[in-house]
Order: sequence, then structure tokens, then C-alpha cells
Amino acid sequence: MIGDYTYTEFTSILAMQGFAGLTLFSVFVLMALGLAIIFGQMGVINMAHGEFMILGAYMTYLCSQFFSVYLPSLFSIYFFFAMILAFAASFLLGMLVEWGLIRFLYRRPLDTLLATWGLSLILQQAYRSIFGAREVGVTLPDWLMGSIALTDIIEIPINGLFVMGLTALITLGVYFGMFRSNWGKRMRAVVQNRTMAGAVGINTKMVDRMTFGLGCGIAGIAGSAFTMIGSTGPTAGQLYIVDTFLIVVFGGAGSLIGTIASAFSISQAQSTIEFFLSGSMAKVLTLLTVVGILMLRPQGLFTLKIRR
Amino acid sequence: MRQKTISPFSITRRALLAGIAVLPALTFASAPLRAQEVATADANTTGLAVTDDTVTVGILHSITGTMAISETGSVEAEKLAIDQINAAGGVLGRKIEYIQEDGASDWPTFAEKAKKLLVENKTAAVFGCWTSASRKAVLPVFEQYNGMLYYPTFYEGLEESPNVIYTGQEATQQIIAGIDWVVREKGAKSFYLLGSDYIWPRTANKIARKHIEKLGLKVSGEDYYPLGNTQFNSVINKIKLKKPDVIYAIVVGGSNVAFYKQLKAAGIDMSKEKPLLLTISVTEDEVRGIGGENIAGAYASMKYFESLPNDNNKAFVSAFKKMWGEDSVIGDVTQAAYLGPWLWKAAVEKAGSFDIDKVRAASPGIELTTAPEGYVRIHENHHLWSRTRIGHAREDGQFDVVFETKDLIEPNPFPEGYQ
Repeated sequence: MIGDYTYTEFTSILAMQGFAGLTLFSVFVLMALGLAIIFGQMGVINMAHGEFMILGAYMTYLCSQFFSVYLPSLFSIYFFFAMILAFAASFLLGMLVEWGLIRFLYRRPLDTLLATWGLSLILQQAYRSIFGAREVGVTLPDWLMGSIALTDIIEIPINGLFVMGLTALITLGVYFGMFRSNWGKRMRAVVQNRTMAGAVGINTKMVDRMTFGLGCGIAGIAGSAFTMIGSTGPTAGQLYIVDTFLIVVFGGAGSLIGTIASAFSISQAQSTIEFFLSGSMAKVLTLLTVVGILMLRPQGLFTLKIRR
Repeated sequence: MRQKTISPFSITRRALLAGIAVLPALTFASAPLRAQEVATADANTTGLAVTDDTVTVGILHSITGTMAISETGSVEAEKLAIDQINAAGGVLGRKIEYIQEDGASDWPTFAEKAKKLLVENKTAAVFGCWTSASRKAVLPVFEQYNGMLYYPTFYEGLEESPNVIYTGQEATQQIIAGIDWVVREKGAKSFYLLGSDYIWPRTANKIARKHIEKLGLKVSGEDYYPLGNTQFNSVINKIKLKKPDVIYAIVVGGSNVAFYKQLKAAGIDMSKEKPLLLTISVTEDEVRGIGGENIAGAYASMKYFESLPNDNNKAFVSAFKKMWGEDSVIGDVTQAAYLGPWLWKAAVEKAGSFDIDKVRAASPGIELTTAPEGYVRIHENHHLWSRTRIGHAREDGQFDVVFETKDLIEPNPFPEGYQ
């Protein structure tokens, strides 16, 4: 007996709490990846990140509607199509935004902050006008909403597993894209020395556009995945933005490893404190710790050299 | 006209529509006075926006920003009520015109717009606000310029302003009957209290805890999460460990969706009622975002459900859907918002005047036999006597009403022994 609980109960809870922490970790990484790419590689503070996520969520909603009406036989796998559509939509919108707005504001990070904040308001109102002010309900295939019962107490949510798998896949994809492909090589060349990269024949403008689009596209996939755990409404993106920035800044801008390390430490700290204290207290303590560490180490946990 | 029996089966929309061809004319208990009987100079001694043919009122809700999700239904209900009142001859023979302002989910904006409606537009009444924060922001404005606000949301109580009529339930009305029911009918012995972290859930849970402890039962846990929180796995684990009989949930907004989806994904099947879930923060409106399949089997405790089988409600639901679309849903607050214009009309006609002070004096005792929720009466403390009902959530997003209190419950915004 430990406290009021039997040994089995206690170990089960440890296991489930560990799983909850890992789910939170995956969610954080998925949220932050797109922003980390844009902020880290381009120095653009994208306040509209949450709205790109919600675009993905709305695409999932449209997909679920479409499949339930026209292709009910394929409804159980519509989610995969939805994620592709979510990526495509956010990617294209991202490129458009880069072309129409961001490219005039490079080297003016504070102006990008204001401009993308304005963009986030515009997008929110656009969602409200198109989809209505109320939240929409995204119907999910049954297999995604179930759980696997390992013992009487331990039940592993399938959507948690799904998010974990997806996060691993996308993180690996980003890693190979950035560090093992020619496109990644070009992107890193532009970050390190724009003039030189241009001189050797890299189309730096295209690289910028693709990078911004990619960051937004990943946000779209994240938004699509989050229809499993959260709400889909015009302003739902705001729910994620604070955590996302926290992770990117804490991890050190521009470092993929930093983002992952910071997501891991924040998620584990938060879910442990949530369990022993309360939800609000967990948030307060996590934020205080992060602020404390950032005061000692303003550059974040990990840093890379980026262009000045 | 009391609702004596409650059918366990709720009526489908189709049957309901088929049954009602035309909206029956709504009538009032108090004998209405007509325009020709009251000259404008007598009915309006304080310079309100009243002419021989019209009277202007304000509608003040958020139609942009976070709260637009919730407040849209209230705006729709208020406009429907105003339309119906006009169709039935208006107030004191005068047609109601409204000026709508957008609070934009921002509390200082609410205060500013309230001032505009009172000072510039001289509106005779304002129907509006949703969150307690917005009400607290406009309260000093209404008290300074002596306006009349009809506030529709169920809320935490602890307030009684001469310038506000509260058409939703205060906390004790909503909470105590619900807990009594779950103890009596379901034999609940232990409760886990959960809420979003702001004044309403905290005050409501305080009342719930006091009441549970008074009954000699156990509160096995109490937890709050910041507004907008989207991760509930830790608290779900805690609930699994503590094994309470009842999860008492007051989660709001986007968090609601996350909470119910994760509860379901964690293998807590609410239809098994082990534990049973009782909420006071989920109406038909919220279920739309959550998804009926994610909340089916939960119980909600409030005064109104769209599926209420009485004739007033059938007429109201069909008129609402006719005006705002077949797929619209009506939650507790939407119905309470609908009462606002009707209660104001009744008070004005009882007073024979639009003057705020006279309307205020006439308000206590005003009764509405045509309310969709059945029968309501304004208490001295400006809240409504009302019944509390328990709804059982269905897959299609509606609730089956499984219980209603026999008597009207007295509003008690300052409950002794509960603070």
C-alpha cells in the first residue's frame, strides 16, 4: 500500500501518467515545429501560427463532412486525406502570405510580429464569416476515439498513440529535409549567408517562400491532428499560441533539438505537477521556472548561429 | 400552468414541426395597455428614445472575438422575441426598434458601448452581456446613467443590482437541485469537482462542496485548469485513481471540447455512469462543438432544454428554427435571453410607462406564463423563480429531460452558509 492505493493501482497510475506526459510532449513538439522552422530559419515571429493550425482543423472538418456525405465507405480512413489537405491548404496560404506580406519585412522582426498579429485577426474573422462564430464538431472515425485496455486501470487512448506516431514521423521528416536533402542544404546556406548563397546560384527568394510555406504546412497538419483532442472554432488557435512560443523561445530559436528538449522538459514538468497539485498551479510553476531559466540563459537551452 | 408530467421520450424536430403550423399568438397575464391609452409625454418623462409609434432598445453582445461562439444564440433569441412582440402589437402600442452594438469579447468595449446605448441612444432597455466579466464592466455604467439591463446567463450569484434583471439562474438554483437528484436517484456518495479557473466555476464549486459536505458525503478531489487549457489527461488519471461516483464538471469554452474528447478517449464510458458525469456548463450549444457522440450519457443540470415537451416550448423552438435555420440549436442561455424582452414588455405595461424607475418598481412579481421553460416570476431580488431540470445527453446532441423540480426554486444570490 502506498498512501490510499494498492501497489498495482500506483504502478498503473505511474504508467498512465507517463503516457499522459508523452502525449503532451508530442502535442507540444507538433505545435512548435512549424513555428521553430519559421522563427529559427527566417527570424520571423509568426503570430498567426495558431490560425494556420486552425485552417488545418477546418480542412479536416470539411473533409469529414465530404466523406460522410459522398464517400461513407471510406470514412474510417478520411483522416489521412484530411491531413494531406490540411498541409496543402496551409502550405499554399503560407506561401501567399510570404509573397504578399512577409517578404517586405525581413530584418524587421518586430514589424513581422505586428503584421502577423494583424493577419491572425483577419484570418479569425474570415473563419467566422465562412464557418460561423460557433465551434464546429469534427466527427472522427470510431477507431480513433477508442482506447486499448491493457489492464483494468491502464487504458491507452488511441488518439494519443496516433499523435505520438505522427509527431515522430514529421520530426524525422523535418530532420531529413533540413539536414539530408539538397533543399535543406540550400535553406541552411541562405540562413548562414544570404549574399553568398545567392552568388552561388540559389534562388533565395524561393527558399524563403518554401520555408515559410513548410512551417505553415506543418502547423496545418498539427491543427488537423488536434481535432482529436481539442476544439475547432475561429479563435481556437489562440489556445495554442502561448505554449508554442514558450517552447520555441525556451528551446533556443533555430535549434530543432532545442525545441524537442524544451517540449520534453516543459511537458513532463507540467503533467507531473498537474497530477500532484492542480492544473492552474502546474501552469504557474512551469511558467515561473521557464522565466527563471530564461533570465539566466536568455538565448534558450540550445542555440545556433543565425544570420544577423 | 405547471408542467405536471415529463415524458421520458423527447420529441423529434420533425414531429414538432409537423405539429405546429402557425406560431400561436403569445399572450400575457397582465392586461396590456395600448398606445392610445398612454400618451408619450406620460409614458416617458425622462427623455428616453420613445415616440408615439416606436421605442428603442439596445442589444449588446459579442458578435466578434472569443465569446461570439456563445453569445450568438442570445442575440438571435432577443431578436426573435422583439419580432414576435412587434407582431403582437408592440409595447404600449409602440413598435420596438433595436440598436445592436458589438462588445467584441472585450470588457472595456462593453462598458463603452453600454454608455453609448444609454447616453447617446437613450435606449429604454438593454438586452445583453454574457460573461460575468462583461456584466461587471457595464454595471457601473448602468447604475450611473440609470439604465435597465436584462442579463441572460446562469452565473455565480453574489450580485443584486437595481439596474439588472437576471433572467438566467444564479448558482444555488442550478447546483443544489442537481446534486440532490444525483444523490437521491443515483446513490452518489463521492464527488470530484472540476472547473475552469475563474469566478463562476470556483464559486459554483464552493457552493457544491458546502452542499455535498452538508449531506455528509465526500468530495474526493477538486481541480481547476486555466481557461483555454486543452490537456486534461492528468486530471483524468486522478479521477480514475480516486474513483468518485460523480464527476462534477464546470469546464467552459474550448476546454470543454478537449475535456470530453479526452475523457472518452481515456476509456471513461459515460453511459455506464461509473463514474457518472454531471455538468452545469454544457448546453445544446456547447454540444455542437463537443460532438454528441463524445458526451452522450452525461447529465446536465439547468433550467431549460430544447427538448422540453410543453406547448410554449414547441412554439418557441419552431419559431426560432424558422427564423434562424433548421440546424440551429437552443441552449439554456438562449432561452433565458428570449425571456428578456418579454419580461421588459410585461413590466412596462404593468407600469404604464417606459421610465426606468417605474419599470423597476413594477418588475418584482411580473410573471410569464408563456415562457418556453414553463412559468417564471421575477423575485424581489431581480432574479427569476424557476424550475431546475436534469437532462440526459443523447448522441444527436439533444437532452432527454429525466427530472424536474416540483416547485419553483427561489433565487438566492447571497446564500448563507454557502460562502
